[in-house]
Amino acid sequence: MSGGEMSAESRTVTTWQTFYWCVRRELFEHRSIYIAPAAAAGVALFGFLINTVHLPAQMRAAIADPAKMKGLGAPFEYVAAAIMMVAMIVQLFYCLDSLQSERKDRSILFWKSLPVSDVTTVLAKAAIPFAILPLLSFGVVVVAGFVMLLVSSLILAANGLSAAPLWTQLYLVRGSLLLLYHLITVHVLWYAPIYAWLMFVSAWSRRAALLWAVLPPLGVGFLERIVFGTSHLGAMLLDRVGGSMAAVQPAGTMPMNPMTHLTPWNFFVAPGLWIGWLITAGFLAAAIRIRRNREPI
Amino acid sequence: MQKSYGATKALNGMDLRVEEGRILGLIGPNGAGKTTALNAILGLTPYEGELRVLGRNPWTERELLMRDVSFIADVAVLPRWIRVWQVLDYVEGVHPRFDRAKAEAFLAKTTIKQASKVRELSKGMVAQLHLAVVMAIDARLLVLDEPTLGLDILYRKQFYDSLLNDYFDRSRTIVVTTHQVEEIQDVLTDLMFIREGKIILSCSMEEFAARYAEVLVRPEQAAAARALKPLHERQMFGQSILLFDGIERKRVAEFGEVRTPSIADLFVAVMTVEKK
Repeated sequence: MSGGEMSAESRTVTTWQTFYWCVRRELFEHRSIYIAPAAAAGVALFGFLINTVHLPAQMRAAIADPAKMKGLGAPFEYVAAAIMMVAMIVQLFYCLDSLQSERKDRSILFWKSLPVSDVTTVLAKAAIPFAILPLLSFGVVVVAGFVMLLVSSLILAANGLSAAPLWTQLYLVRGSLLLLYHLITVHVLWYAPIYAWLMFVSAWSRRAALLWAVLPPLGVGFLERIVFGTSHLGAMLLDRVGGSMAAVQPAGTMPMNPMTHLTPWNFFVAPGLWIGWLITAGFLAAAIRIRRNREPI
Repeated sequence: MQKSYGATKALNGMDLRVEEGRILGLIGPNGAGKTTALNAILGLTPYEGELRVLGRNPWTERELLMRDVSFIADVAVLPRWIRVWQVLDYVEGVHPRFDRAKAEAFLAKTTIKQASKVRELSKGMVAQLHLAVVMAIDARLLVLDEPTLGLDILYRKQFYDSLLNDYFDRSRTIVVTTHQVEEIQDVLTDLMFIREGKIILSCSMEEFAARYAEVLVRPEQAAAARALKPLHERQMFGQSILLFDGIERKRVAEFGEVRTPSIADLFVAVMTVEKK
């Protein structure tokens, strides 16, 4: 090949711009990333609207017996849980698909013809489960909660009732912050190795990524049980999937736990968290290496 | 340059050198190592030996190299889910040398709409779209691996016409592999035959025209012509066509009409000789 001087750059494209466009590219391809949480919110809100026929009666009961006031918050928690669950399912399937579909449709040959490194590509893909989806689902939950509050207020006002207890009891801002804390600690920082493992499997396997993601850990777990009679791996995996117990004081990590029960210190000093991050880094590095070598399937 | 897949040597000590401003045709039978060689050049596969593309190591510097190199690795590698405007947006976003206006001007001459998804386009239109993107990139090396496979003749003709008229100039280099050899005969400046990972012929098209001659020999002179040791002989409509390597045209003119062979005919001749 002929050597020589490079001609002058016509524009400069920074690494961050490239990264930004790689994330945009993921959103072009996987529209479920924003459609699914929004659709979940739509369905949940629809259910909530039907449920509001009982709202005036519930409010009257709660005014008579303040202990029942907490029950008014239940629909808010269900809607939040529905949206987050849908987002998690999208996250898992996105990870499994992320590095396999470009090889299946041969488009990896097009992506690799552009000046974008494998590191940037894989990290941009990782940004979807690590940042975009948690933030997006958080935004959708907050907006949905706000809409629910407004609708409730209108209905209560129409029935001559004050909506003030709803606004004060449901701590819209405090609840949102709790949710954000839960998302960052559990859904991002604690689950990180799971996403990285799924992306690694997606980069490595030629087909049936879901099977490769699930069966080997199960197999090794059973083997351990049969050979040594122990179940350390199984316990470890269950602990990981179950969510971090260190992030909040009592068992359970429901987002609406009172603020006082948060224990970020316990969470961040837990060795499991740091080991998880090491594993995350390892799987992502492996995924980058594999993508560099892989050809279309 | 060498490359092995297990015990199979895909590239067997290939020395490849292309100068600026050339259009090189890489011709070889299936499995000859064309794609492997191109993949090594494009940084898609590791290799043994020394390889520099525009002064860079393609395997370790692919990202930087791709600012100066474009390639169409195959027909239809654009993802089917993407929309035309998304292709333009993305390439504009990541490529410092992409001129969107140029790509749009080229697309305006076609029936491709920016809102269309690739899956809605015909195979020929997808090739046009990919070409529009590639031609709008101010690259110094363009690599085309079977870029027109499966397209009808109109699209194929248009493809090479566009490349020559709107893209190629003396500061660029094009490397192309194809099985439709006849179509690129007038396009190429250089020719290379490869087989089993080795280069078995390499020459410029001027050398090609000077070195090889094909003679339509009159039957009564066939024996005399054969005495001059042609590279290859074939029959057509009862006439013998003899292909000579490095013979003076004056010497064979007495046997019948002399002409420059087609690349396809020379390819068949060289491959048959090699087999023996």
